[in-house]
Amino acid sequence: MSHCDGCTGCTVDDKVVKIAKKFKDVDGGIMSALHEVQDEYGYISESVQKYLSKELSVPMSDIYGIITFYSRFSLVPKGKYNVQVCMGTACYVKGAEDVLKEFKDELKIDVGQVTEDGKFSLESVRCIGACGLAPAIVVNSEVYGKMSPDKVKEILSKYN
Amino acid sequence: MQKTSKELRDIRSNTKLKFKSSRIMICSGTGCTSSKSDKILEELKKKGKELGSDVIIEKTGCFGFCAKGPIIVIEPEQTFYEMVKVEDSEDIIKAVISGTKVERLMPSENDKFIQKWHELNFYNKQKRVALKNCGYINPEDIDEYIAVDGYLALEKVLTGLTKNEVINTVLESGLRGRGGAGFPTGKKWQFTAASKSDVKYVCCNADEGDPGAFMDRSILEGDPHSVLEAMAIAGYAIGSNQGYIYVRAEYPIAVERLKIAIKQAKKYGLLGKNILGTDFDFDIELRLGAGAFVCGEETALMNSIEGKRGEPRPRPPFPAVKGLFAKPTLLNNVETYANVCQIILNGSEWFSSIGTNTSKGTKVFALGGNINNVGLVEVPMGTTLREIVYDIGGGIPGGKKFKAAQTGGPSGGCIPNQHLDTPIDYESLTQIGSMMGSGGLIVMDETKCMVNIAKFFLEFTVDESCGKCPSCRIGTKRMLEILTRITEGKGKVEDIDRLEKLANVIKNASLCGLGQTAPNPVLSTLKYFRDEYVDHIENKNCAAGECKALTKVIINPEKCKECGICQKNCPTNAIMGEVRKGPFEIDQTKCIKCKVCVAKCPFKAIS
Repeated sequence: MSHCDGCTGCTVDDKVVKIAKKFKDVDGGIMSALHEVQDEYGYISESVQKYLSKELSVPMSDIYGIITFYSRFSLVPKGKYNVQVCMGTACYVKGAEDVLKEFKDELKIDVGQVTEDGKFSLESVRCIGACGLAPAIVVNSEVYGKMSPDKVKEILSKYN
Repeated sequence: MQKTSKELRDIRSNTKLKFKSSRIMICSGTGCTSSKSDKILEELKKKGKELGSDVIIEKTGCFGFCAKGPIIVIEPEQTFYEMVKVEDSEDIIKAVISGTKVERLMPSENDKFIQKWHELNFYNKQKRVALKNCGYINPEDIDEYIAVDGYLALEKVLTGLTKNEVINTVLESGLRGRGGAGFPTGKKWQFTAASKSDVKYVCCNADEGDPGAFMDRSILEGDPHSVLEAMAIAGYAIGSNQGYIYVRAEYPIAVERLKIAIKQAKKYGLLGKNILGTDFDFDIELRLGAGAFVCGEETALMNSIEGKRGEPRPRPPFPAVKGLFAKPTLLNNVETYANVCQIILNGSEWFSSIGTNTSKGTKVFALGGNINNVGLVEVPMGTTLREIVYDIGGGIPGGKKFKAAQTGGPSGGCIPNQHLDTPIDYESLTQIGSMMGSGGLIVMDETKCMVNIAKFFLEFTVDESCGKCPSCRIGTKRMLEILTRITEGKGKVEDIDRLEKLANVIKNASLCGLGQTAPNPVLSTLKYFRDEYVDHIENKNCAAGECKALTKVIINPEKCKECGICQKNCPTNAIMGEVRKGPFEIDQTKCIKCKVCVAKCPFKAIS
């Protein structure tokens, strides 16, 4: 654990220290650093933001601006299993909306939310590129193609 | 270890020999990987070992026929196996050993087995230039790329052509940007070359954001070196030593293959210092996009590489003068680069002999939606939409009628039946109210409501507008509100006028391509399907039956057997009546049109 001198009480992981070091002198490195933090932790916490801000000399306001601008970055942790329903045109035309609705109903959460037990989160995403399998969904990195609302329960039960 | 020209030649001839022996090529693009082609690859290798076979088993890029995935092709016979399962592995290996074919996996047309993959109807009218190596080489092996004349164009350029000669070749070929706008590529190179600066950059736009489009992804997954080589050629031509590829983080396989390719090219000295023993240095770095559609716009993309919010900048200054890190920058799209090496090797005349008067070469389209042969197709410019939809795409499934084809994604429009015979090029598509775009081509059948589709695209732009220009940020939101109102049966007669007025303001007052083209889906559907808008507004009717608020679920009293199953399953208690006491009825004020009753009724009495 390493202490950041800029504020009191917050600590960051050694992994974050490494990431900061890696991108410190890279032009535009903040984006790459945020990517690695997002991949590692599933979100970007305030303490990490503060640490990166100091180490990479990017104002906090800019970092917040970047995180909220890009849909891949998240300020809050996602569920253990992140369900992404593709809403690209090819999937939409083949009924992705009904699949998404079924996930909402089954999980009792809306898009962008996490279930109370932290197990599932739900996202609607733009084209995962599996148009040949439309409509498609992704749970963590597992792709499920040719979806229909009646397959939703079965897929969720795999992760229970 | 840096390779010399002679060593490259040796690799080329040695690897070509390898191509003569039996190779099992399995598609490892995103589509086939999603249907477990990686597991099949593992099993094939395992079975190969068990059966003592020395057949080469390799990954390859996208064959394009995604509807039939996972796909395997046996080289050099070019035998095509479709919808392969893990359990088929043993039979495939055994067939290769015994010199036979696994007939149950082979496609047949008109009751005849198709022996070679290029003989399938699907490929008949296609011409693969940008996708030339996809499906033939292993994208993770630089030697195989070299064997198909890879890095020969770079060698030709570095050892025999001046910068001007390179630019002129590209200019004369007539190649235009494949990312959407269709700006002449050679001109771009010329402008950037003319800018004076100590540092210049070459960028590759691989932020393929158009939903339903996956051409660039497939090229990066199947033939990453072709893009690296073209970028190095561009670097030489404009006087740059540094390239950046901005690729979507949502494309993990493409990112991985690019990383491998860059590493291999560096190892061979085909990227880095003193390439092929000349004084030309060129390096490439990867930068990942983070899920913002607007970053496909060139100035927004550059802001994003610089580590900022991906908001567009005003032009001029154009990137050729002041781009990435305020230096002159050349930016081309993946598919554009994928054509460059072929042009250098085969000459500009060869390239300009393909296509139409104004649009040369081929175009890759991602064919999707309500069509039989979903996949990736590459056709000469000038091919008609009818040929793509019916001859290549195999028509509409379920005997349904064609209604529209959507090109250009959220910036494009819907092309109706009467324009199916338009030869496709940049100009013709603009003329009929759509655009080439990056190549997404979504086919829609008669069950699709055009007002709802326009609403779908507006939802997308509202979501993806970066917020810089009020016309785009607020204007698209207002348009979406009107469209939502119409689809909910609350539309007003003056709404169509309002949509058109708003559309013009947004087009004229927005800074970047996203805003300028955002109203296109609405304008094109208004142009060709105005009746549907009017029907929604005046008659509160959605003929396609997609707008739920405008549809009614009704029980046919003649077919109703009074069993009560519908009533038991209705989540809102909207069904009135008692078992065996006359036909049931639906209370339309309570009905939420979930259609559970339609699915549950054993007598198909509800529709």
